[in-house]
Amino acid sequence: MKKNGMMVVAGFMGAILFCCSSSYADDLSPFKGEKGTVKVSGGTAHIPVMKEAAKQVMTAHPDIQITIAGGGSGVGIKQVGEGLVDIGNSGRKPTDDEIARYGLKLYQWAIDGVAVVVNPNNPVRALTGSQLIDIFAGKIDNWKAVGGEDRKISLYTRDEASGTREVFWEKGLKKGEVASKANVVVSNGAMKTSIAQDPAGIGYVSVGHIDPTVAAVAVDGVAPTHETVTSGKYPIARGLYSNTKGEPAGLTKKFIEFLYTADGQKIISANGFIPAK
Amino acid sequence: MSGLRERILESGFFLAAVASTAATLLIFGFMLVLGFPLLRSGLFVDLLTGAWAPAAGAYGIFPMVAGTLAISLLSLILAFPVSLGCAGFAAAIGPVWLSRPFRRMVQLMTGIPTVIYGFVGIFLLVPIVRGLHGGGSGLCVFSAALVLAVLISPTMVLFFSDSLDRVPKSYLDAADALGATPSQKLRLVMLPYAKEGILSGLILAFGRAVGDTMVALMIAGNAVQVPESVFDAARALTAHIALVIAADTESLEFKSIFVCGLVLYLFVGLMISGLRLLSALGHRR
Repeated sequence: MKKNGMMVVAGFMGAILFCCSSSYADDLSPFKGEKGTVKVSGGTAHIPVMKEAAKQVMTAHPDIQITIAGGGSGVGIKQVGEGLVDIGNSGRKPTDDEIARYGLKLYQWAIDGVAVVVNPNNPVRALTGSQLIDIFAGKIDNWKAVGGEDRKISLYTRDEASGTREVFWEKGLKKGEVASKANVVVSNGAMKTSIAQDPAGIGYVSVGHIDPTVAAVAVDGVAPTHETVTSGKYPIARGLYSNTKGEPAGLTKKFIEFLYTADGQKIISANGFIPAK
Repeated sequence: MSGLRERILESGFFLAAVASTAATLLIFGFMLVLGFPLLRSGLFVDLLTGAWAPAAGAYGIFPMVAGTLAISLLSLILAFPVSLGCAGFAAAIGPVWLSRPFRRMVQLMTGIPTVIYGFVGIFLLVPIVRGLHGGGSGLCVFSAALVLAVLISPTMVLFFSDSLDRVPKSYLDAADALGATPSQKLRLVMLPYAKEGILSGLILAFGRAVGDTMVALMIAGNAVQVPESVFDAARALTAHIALVIAADTESLEFKSIFVCGLVLYLFVGLMISGLRLLSALGHRR
């Protein structure tokens, strides 16, 4: 399921939000008198934060339109580079080649862990690093071998454009092979839905996407939590980037700056990410 | 005066025909040009028969070709008998008060967007297939083919029943006069006469099955492997294009999808010509 559909967040909660928190007035004040649109696409891990930030901005300033699309990190970098969107998100650092080719300007506003997830009905909650590598390589193919029920493991991985996949492959699997029988899904959201449905499934999502429909698995005894990712104890982590083509200006610049304000950082941590300064 | 008008009309029709044919050929040329870097770097045959491992510099699309074939042929096998039965019922055996709304229903079905079929498939069909013995994750060739069969059968039913309708009334009257039952009439008179139309319906449905992207992408699992059983996950060429198109434009991965497009194009072309040839040979006999 390509989550490319524009997710335009309606500003219907305006009054409520505006009254409840006076601090919004400060951090959102740079948007005063602005109108126009900001188009955002790319990394699917970024979407919860982008949506909330956009909602707050659009609620306080209804003349501003912010559209958020998915597509994956590769799409984000490509589309911003080609001038199709104002901000291209990526869950990995764009390569030197990409930065040079498109003249990208990088803004890393959060650190995100990539968590291994299983179905909540699966009793397995901990794996060693080498078990994880063997499972994704297809060498361990039954949950019984790692303390679960006698059930064949179904593997889920992400598409070629996924930054989450790149980070998981590099730091979780130590660049180990992913078995060719693995199912491929196209967004963090689709991964969560698949694992939530498949009692024998194992996959990986951005920590910000974990909710009760999936269960996170500790790797080498370290569970992926806010604390362990912050302290660096949980090793499978990466930066979340918003990229612009050249120096951003106007609304785009203000939207990115909003992510670094106290309110922006509040949104980032509320979604399970660690805000970066 | 009327001669001039005639001429204008004629050239208008001619231009329309040229434009649509040219578009098809241009698309073919476009894919050929863009797929050229890969065609040059390795033989076309290597790409067709090789494995897909971009990390190792291998951009073979054989698993995807196999995936497309497995999914589309299985869906055709599942859908053809059902569609023929439906068409026979609508055109020959069923009472008019039932077959008319039935046809309207089928017409409606042809218009349903494939993403809806995919969505319903994920939430209703996949868990059932997962529960079957050896069903694995439920995202597999079988699930995709089943949904695809539902998708393509309305096309077939409409084509089949239209061609069954075109059987001349005199033939039917003759059959009636000989005391044929409705099912005999269908089997011995109408079906042989409608052979040509049935073939067209089959070709069109096959084209739809091969070309469909959403159902394969959502339900077949997209694993890059040659499926060994119908319960294995597979990746169709179309889904592969959709998955890789998001990759870096400068990469060879990205360029390889033009080869996929080329293969899809040739594939459908060959299939259609093959079937046409078969039917032409059948006519001569």
